Amino acid sequence: MYREAFGLIYAGEDAAALRELVDQRTVGALPIGGKYRVIDFPLSNMVNSDIRKVGVITSRNYNSLMDHLSSGKAWDLSRKSDGLFIFTPYSLRETPGVFRGKVEALKSCMGYIRRAKQEYCVMTETSFVFNINFDEMMRSHCESGADLTILYHKAEPVHGDGDQFHEVFLDVGEDGRVRGIEVDPMLPTLSARSMKTYIVRKDVLIYLVDDSFAKGEFKFSENLLRNNIDRIKMMAFEHKGYVGTMRSVASYFRVNMDLLDPKIRGELFTSKNRIYTKVKDSVPAKYTKSAAVKNSLVANGCIIEGRVENSVLFRDVHVGKDAVIRNSIILANTDVAEEADLEYAILDKNVNVRQRRRLVGNSEFPMVIRKGGLV
Amino acid sequence: MRRKKKTVAMLLAGGQGSRLGVLTALRAKPAVTYGGKYRIIDFPLSNCTHSGIDTVGVLTQYRPLELNTYIGTGGAWDLDTMSGGAYVLPPFVKGDSGEWYSGTANAIYQNVGFIEQFDPDNLLVLSGDHIYKMNYKWMIAAHEEKGADATIAVIPVPIEEASRFGIMDTDEELRILEFEEKPEEPKSNLASMGVYVFKWETVKKYLREDKLDPDSDNDFGKNIIPAMLEGGEKLYAYEFGGYWKDVGTIQSLWEANMELLTTAPPFNLYDGPWRIFSQNLNDPPHFVDSEATIENSIICEGCAIYGTVENSILSSGVTVERNALVKDSIIMSDTTVESDARVVMSIVDEEVRVGKGASVGEEQAYELAEKQITVVGKGARIEEGAIIEAGKEVPYVS
Repeated sequence: MYREAFGLIYAGEDAAALRELVDQRTVGALPIGGKYRVIDFPLSNMVNSDIRKVGVITSRNYNSLMDHLSSGKAWDLSRKSDGLFIFTPYSLRETPGVFRGKVEALKSCMGYIRRAKQEYCVMTETSFVFNINFDEMMRSHCESGADLTILYHKAEPVHGDGDQFHEVFLDVGEDGRVRGIEVDPMLPTLSARSMKTYIVRKDVLIYLVDDSFAKGEFKFSENLLRNNIDRIKMMAFEHKGYVGTMRSVASYFRVNMDLLDPKIRGELFTSKNRIYTKVKDSVPAKYTKSAAVKNSLVANGCIIEGRVENSVLFRDVHVGKDAVIRNSIILANTDVAEEADLEYAILDKNVNVRQRRRLVGNSEFPMVIRKGGLV
Repeated sequence: MRRKKKTVAMLLAGGQGSRLGVLTALRAKPAVTYGGKYRIIDFPLSNCTHSGIDTVGVLTQYRPLELNTYIGTGGAWDLDTMSGGAYVLPPFVKGDSGEWYSGTANAIYQNVGFIEQFDPDNLLVLSGDHIYKMNYKWMIAAHEEKGADATIAVIPVPIEEASRFGIMDTDEELRILEFEEKPEEPKSNLASMGVYVFKWETVKKYLREDKLDPDSDNDFGKNIIPAMLEGGEKLYAYEFGGYWKDVGTIQSLWEANMELLTTAPPFNLYDGPWRIFSQNLNDPPHFVDSEATIENSIICEGCAIYGTVENSILSSGVTVERNALVKDSIIMSDTTVESDARVVMSIVDEEVRVGKGASVGEEQAYELAEKQITVVGKGARIEEGAIIEAGKEVPYVS
C-alpha cells in the first residue's frame, strides 16, 4: 500500500433486527454467499491491501466468530510478527464490562494501537459487504492532508424503518470535506452514507479516543466524530462499487440474493481482490438425475435431488427428491426432505425440514428457521 | 536426532503413469485429478493422517513440479506438525556423483538416511497410484502381532483378471509362500495393493544387498519380496476388504470417476470421520444459470454453468457456456466450453478452451468394454467448429 497501516475491525455491532440469525453469533459471523462469513470481507480487504496486522474487537456472542477466525491462517494472518489479534470485553481495569460504545472498545485495545509499528490505521466494521483495495483511499487521505478520512457510498435517502440500525449520513462539501454528520435521521436529507470505515493516523486516533473517553463520551459517530468536525480535517472518500448492508433479516436476504447477479458476484468474488475464508474439506456438490437447479449458488458438499430456483445453498445441504426451494437461503448442514416446499425462507444451520412441509415467507419478511430447528 | 517414530511412511510418487498419455505428459501420475477436487495422492496422504502416521516421505522423480507445489508443507492433510510432516524427496547428488531412482527399492535405499533420522520400527511403503480408504494402523497392528518381517496388503480380485497383478500364494495363516508378478497361471486371487509394512531393521539389510546386485531391477515386487522369501523371512498377507481402484489407464480413470455418479457409489467420499483432505481453493460456490440443466453430475466450486451438463464431473473454475453440452465426461480445472460446443465421452485437462460449436468425442454405450474416450491435453485450444473424433488425443500446449 501507499503507506504502512494496521487494521482494526469492530465486530461488536448490535443488530437486533437480524433477530434469530444473531442469537448465537455476531454480525461478522453471519454466513453469506454460500461459503463465506461477513467478516471475510473486511479481513480480505485488509489483507489484499497489504495490511498484515489486524485487530478484531468483539463485544458479545463471539464464540462463533472466534471459531471462524481461529489463528487467522485462512487470511494468511497467522504470522511470527503481527497477524491477527482478538480483543474481548472485560479486558482492562479502565474499561470493565460491556463496551458503552466504540470509543470505549477502542480504549480497551489502546495497547495494541500504541505498539503498532505502522503509521496509519484502517478501521472498519462488519455490517457492510464490499470489496475494496484501500490503496486509493490511503493515497487520497495522504494527499488531501486529512486527519481522518471516512469511506461512504451514495445511497437513496430512505426513511428510518425502526430497524435500529445505526445509520450515519455525511454532509460532504464540494472539496470532499465533511461538514456535518447525521445519525439515525428519521427523514435523511443527505445521500452520502457512511460505511463506518476510516483511515486515520495512529497518533491522531490515540488522541481522539483518549480525549473523547476522558470526557465520558463513548459513541464514535455522535461524540467523537461530531465533536471534532471543526477541530480536525475530516475528509470523505467515495466507494463506487457494490455495498451490501447487514441491517435486518430482509437486508440479509437481499444481499444474498444480490450475489445471484453476475455483475455483483464478479465484483465481489472474482476481481483481483479475492475474498478468503476458512475452507472446509467438503466433497464437491452432487446432482442426481432428478435435480433441477436454476439461477442459484451451490457450495461444495450439497446433494441435490429436487428443484432449486433463485436460491443460495451453503455447504453440505441435502435437497430431497421432489422438494422445491425457491427464493431461499439454506445454511450449512441443513436437510430438506422429499416434497418439502420452501419459498422466501432462510433456514439456519443444521435445520431439518421434514417431508411435505411447506414454508412460505415474503421477500420483505422471509421466514427464518433458527439454528438446529426441526420443522 | 529427531524424536523416534514408530512408523515412517514412504510414498512412491515418481511414476510416470505413461498409460495415461497426455494427462501425465506434464505431471506425475499421483497429481492426476479424480472426483473433481481430488488428486490421486490425496488418498494415501489422507489415509496416513487418519491412521495416525505423521511422517511421510514423498519420493518424486518424474515431472515433480505440479506435485511439489500441491504438497507444499503438507498442511492440507494436517501433516505440518512439529515433529512430523510431508517431506518431498527428489533424487539428489551425493559426493561427486548423483543418480536417479532406478526402481522403487532403490528410491527407498537412497533415502535410508532420511528414514534413519526417525529410528522407526516399521517402514510403510505406499504408492501414489490408487484410490482407496484404508486404516494402516490395523495393518501395522497385524504385522506386529505376527512378528512379521514384511506384511503385504492384498485384495481378492476375480481369478480371470489375476494375471494382471502381483499375486500372493499363501497358507491358511496368510503367510506368503510365493509371490508372482503378473503370473500366467495364478495360484490364488490375492493381488498386492502396493502397500507394504516392513520391519525396518530387516528390510534395510535387503535394500543394501539389492543395491550391490548389478542384475537387479531394484524393485520391491520383483526383487526385494522374492529375496526376503528366499532368505526365510516371515512375510504375511493382510487382506483388505474395501474399495481399491487402480486408475492407471484412461479407461480405468474414466470408469473410477463415473462410478461416483452411480446411485450408491461403491466408493463413498461422504464419509465424515474419514474425510479425504485436499488443497482447498478459495473459489466462490458454483453458479447455475436459469438456462442451465445439470443432471447426475458432480460440480466443484468456482464453476459457472449456463449450458447442459449430464453424467459428468467438473473440477473447479470450469465454465460451460449457453447451449453447450457436456456429457459422460471429466472436465478438469479452469477449462471453458464455449457456447454451442459439445464435449462427450471425453477427459479434458486443465485450462483448455473448447471453441464455439466445436465437438469433442462421440456418444457411446456405457456397456461397451473398450470405449473410445477422447482426451484433450492441458492448455489446448480447440478451434471454433472443430471436430475431434472419438478416441483421439489432443496434445497439451504449454
